[in-house]
Amino acid sequence: MMKDVVITFLCIAILLYFLLGGADFGAGIIELFTSTKNRSKTRKTMYQAIGPVWEANHMWLIIAIVILFVGFPFIYTTMSVYLHIPLAIMLIGIIARGTAFVFRHYDAVKDDMQWLYNRIFRYSSFVTALFLGIIAGSLISGHIDTQATDFYTAYISGWLNWFSIAVGLFTVALCGFLAAIYLIGETKEAHDKKRFIKKAEVMNVAAVVFGAMVFIAAQRDKIPLIDWVFKSSVGLWAIVLASLSLVLLWYLLIKGKTKVLRILAGFQVTMILLAISYAHFPNFIRLKSGDAISLLTTVGPEKTIYSLGLALLLGSVLILPFLGYLFYKFQKKEE
Amino acid sequence: MDDFIAARSQMALSLGFHIIFSCIGMVMPFFMAVSHYKWLKTNNEVYKNLTKAWSKGVAIFFATGAVSGTMLSFELGLLWPKFMDHAGPIFGMPFSLEGTAFFIEAIALGFFLYGWNKLNKWFHWFTGMVVGVSGLASGILVVAANAWMNSPAGFDFANGQYLNIDPIQAMFNKAWFSQALHMCLAAFTATGFAVAGVHALMILRDRNREFHLKAFKIAAVFACIGALLQPLSGDISAKDVARRQPAKLAAMEALYKTEKPAPLLIGGIVNEQDKTISGAIKIPGALSFLAHGDFGAEVKGLDQIPENEHPPVAVTHYAFQIMVGIGTLLMLIALVYFFNLIKRKPLLEQPWLLKLFVMAIPLGYVALEAGWVVTEVGRQPWIIYGIMRTKDAVTPMPGIAYSFYIFSAIYFSLSIIVTFLLYRQIKMVPVLYAKTESK
Ligand code: HDD
Ligand code: HEM
Ligand code: HEM
Repeated sequence: MMKDVVITFLCIAILLYFLLGGADFGAGIIELFTSTKNRSKTRKTMYQAIGPVWEANHMWLIIAIVILFVGFPFIYTTMSVYLHIPLAIMLIGIIARGTAFVFRHYDAVKDDMQWLYNRIFRYSSFVTALFLGIIAGSLISGHIDTQATDFYTAYISGWLNWFSIAVGLFTVALCGFLAAIYLIGETKEAHDKKRFIKKAEVMNVAAVVFGAMVFIAAQRDKIPLIDWVFKSSVGLWAIVLASLSLVLLWYLLIKGKTKVLRILAGFQVTMILLAISYAHFPNFIRLKSGDAISLLTTVGPEKTIYSLGLALLLGSVLILPFLGYLFYKFQKKEE
Repeated sequence: MDDFIAARSQMALSLGFHIIFSCIGMVMPFFMAVSHYKWLKTNNEVYKNLTKAWSKGVAIFFATGAVSGTMLSFELGLLWPKFMDHAGPIFGMPFSLEGTAFFIEAIALGFFLYGWNKLNKWFHWFTGMVVGVSGLASGILVVAANAWMNSPAGFDFANGQYLNIDPIQAMFNKAWFSQALHMCLAAFTATGFAVAGVHALMILRDRNREFHLKAFKIAAVFACIGALLQPLSGDISAKDVARRQPAKLAAMEALYKTEKPAPLLIGGIVNEQDKTISGAIKIPGALSFLAHGDFGAEVKGLDQIPENEHPPVAVTHYAFQIMVGIGTLLMLIALVYFFNLIKRKPLLEQPWLLKLFVMAIPLGYVALEAGWVVTEVGRQPWIIYGIMRTKDAVTPMPGIAYSFYIFSAIYFSLSIIVTFLLYRQIKMVPVLYAKTESK
């Protein structure tokens, strides 16, 4: 019972990190691909949009990690050992962008240093999202080899492969897409709205292209991605719903109805994640040997799971109303 | 550099870096709450400006604390996977509760920083308090996890297996109370002296006197109360260590031979090869008293502990001397300050007192880092005391040295930038908070 509670929280934390943290990375990615003359405006909009909540957005990652190391230590340590390098790079990205984001806002003197903060923020947003995707891709790619004896197979080829990189790029595009959709609702000027709509289009196209790359790479690496998505009814439904919501989303965009866009975009990404992960759930890491490490078999001792579940339930009772109020309070524009 | 040494150094560096920011995150909200309260009560604009100025500093530190903390939660696995395989489910309880505390802290901080003129003013004040209380709670919780490494509890260890795991019992282990108490006081002392010292410097330079004087007073009171209580709590800690980790106590005091009664050694040069210490001041019987509350008691020396379980003696001993030396000094400063307050002598006529505070800016943090070195190095060679050795826990991945160099460079640049930003914040005070300004 509690095991299910814990697993549910884990999934929710990962999903929310993809959506909220992802939109946050996306903001940096968008900035990276914005022409110089519009950058400062993009930055302002972005700051207003994510400033109050950005700290909370990143808590989901910590929640997910804590659930993993308390409840599923074997998964946590397997990742830590065999994906050490991409994890370390992602961490460097997180450190760099988190601090640059705050520094550029709180530097009392606005001078040339801003140039540096901006650079760091943009590039590290890109790198963090890329490696987040690479890590996610590697977990299901079946390239991780826990019996490897040489450095390259053990610590490099597990994540440096076409499939993982394609997933990484796909993630970057999704993050950019989420952020663009999010920002559309944050601006008032028609001109800016147009700009963000354009960005959303570009990111959407990029996502489709990289998504296709993911499938090609999966074919090449003999990862049964197509089976997962198209041979399970849940996967199929998820993909259908994602596509339908995309059509609806573009229709609403053209009509200029920005209110529901965010929900649709979030829904769409959720469906994509569902489609990819449902078929092999609860397997969390697929290994080269053909085995998989499953959430169900590596779960920690009963008492631990029980208290972890209790802590999570208690925590959400304390947190959710407060968090909801935060989003609500700062969503309401000073009209 | 040897991978094992690199892993230890990287862990130590990351923790040593994180602790500075987390202490500020734990303590500054309380300073702000006092100033904020005074603004709401007196309507004196200076307090409002002070609250805002501090909150900007805190935002910078908070972000740095949060990213370095995120780093740590991964690093435990990246560097010590075999430790986490077993320890995770046992000492994880405080971490999962800590997650809740962090979350509340982050949300409350969002409200606090962005809530000026948007929220009911008392609710706004309350959100600031929530930041402080949840920060303190998370500090206490994470120290419980560390205390478990010093004093493992909540499981049975048989044939290399960890059985009958009880995470609640693990959390309330024997070392938890003394460590958490001492750590919280240390946070107030260290941050209080650092903040008070910076404002004292500004007063001496005659910049925005009223502003800095008010700031100084708030910080100094917290700092001095902490500094007075710290030696008492340190004594509780020492007695605790004597009971649960005799090897650590012996290393702290460089006590190579069991003695009855044992003298307290102050200073001195440790020679680890010959297992001797020279040039130390001896206070007969004092160690017996400190460790066991009895001037005649026997204190276990390193000679009663197998050689392969000795912690590095020199580092532990020096670090302990530094902490206690600074602790004593800060306590004296606190006494002088309170004496001054009672006598109602105006601070501005006592520049020497202000100078004393300026001198103390880094001292609290030096003591705090030294204290952690005592605790952590004194626990070696164990990662879980008496159960698992540190070298058995290290990651199999080679090349950790490079990771250590990279992260050192990152932490080094971050320190420089943060210092630089803070310097700018302070420099801009006259511009940003000139009397008429109320932005
Ligand atoms: C402002 C910082 C500060 C100051 C002034 C002191 N300490 Fe301390 N001390 C710490 C900051 C600290 C710390 C960094 O917070 C530690 C590390 C782990 C812990 O629980 O607290 C610590 C640990 C620590 C330990 C080891 C605890 C353990 O391993 O469980 C002992 C025995 C003492 N201290 C004793 C003292 C004494 C006798 C002091 C007398 C003046 C003193 N400390 C001042
Ligand atoms: C933030 C304050 C802390 C500081 C400054 C600190 C300092 C250090 C130092 C200096 C070492 C290296 C010891 C050596 O190898 O000789 C170390 C090791 C370590 N610390 Fe801490 N520590 C802190 C808190 C914690 C907490 C709260 C935890 C865990 C929950 C923790 C877990 C570890 C681990 C796992 C190691 C590596 C294993 C070992 O060397 O024993 N530390 N720390
Ligand atoms: C004695 C040691 C420690 C103390 C007192 C402490 C305390 C704190 C505090 C008060 C914060 C809030 C952030 C801030 O205000 O700057 C924080 C942040 C954080 N700490 Fe630590 N910490 C310690 C060690 C650790 C360790 C060992 C870990 C992980 C294993 C850790 C993980 C985190 C994380 C993930 C955050 C970010 C949370 C956020 O975004 O607010 N901390 N820490």
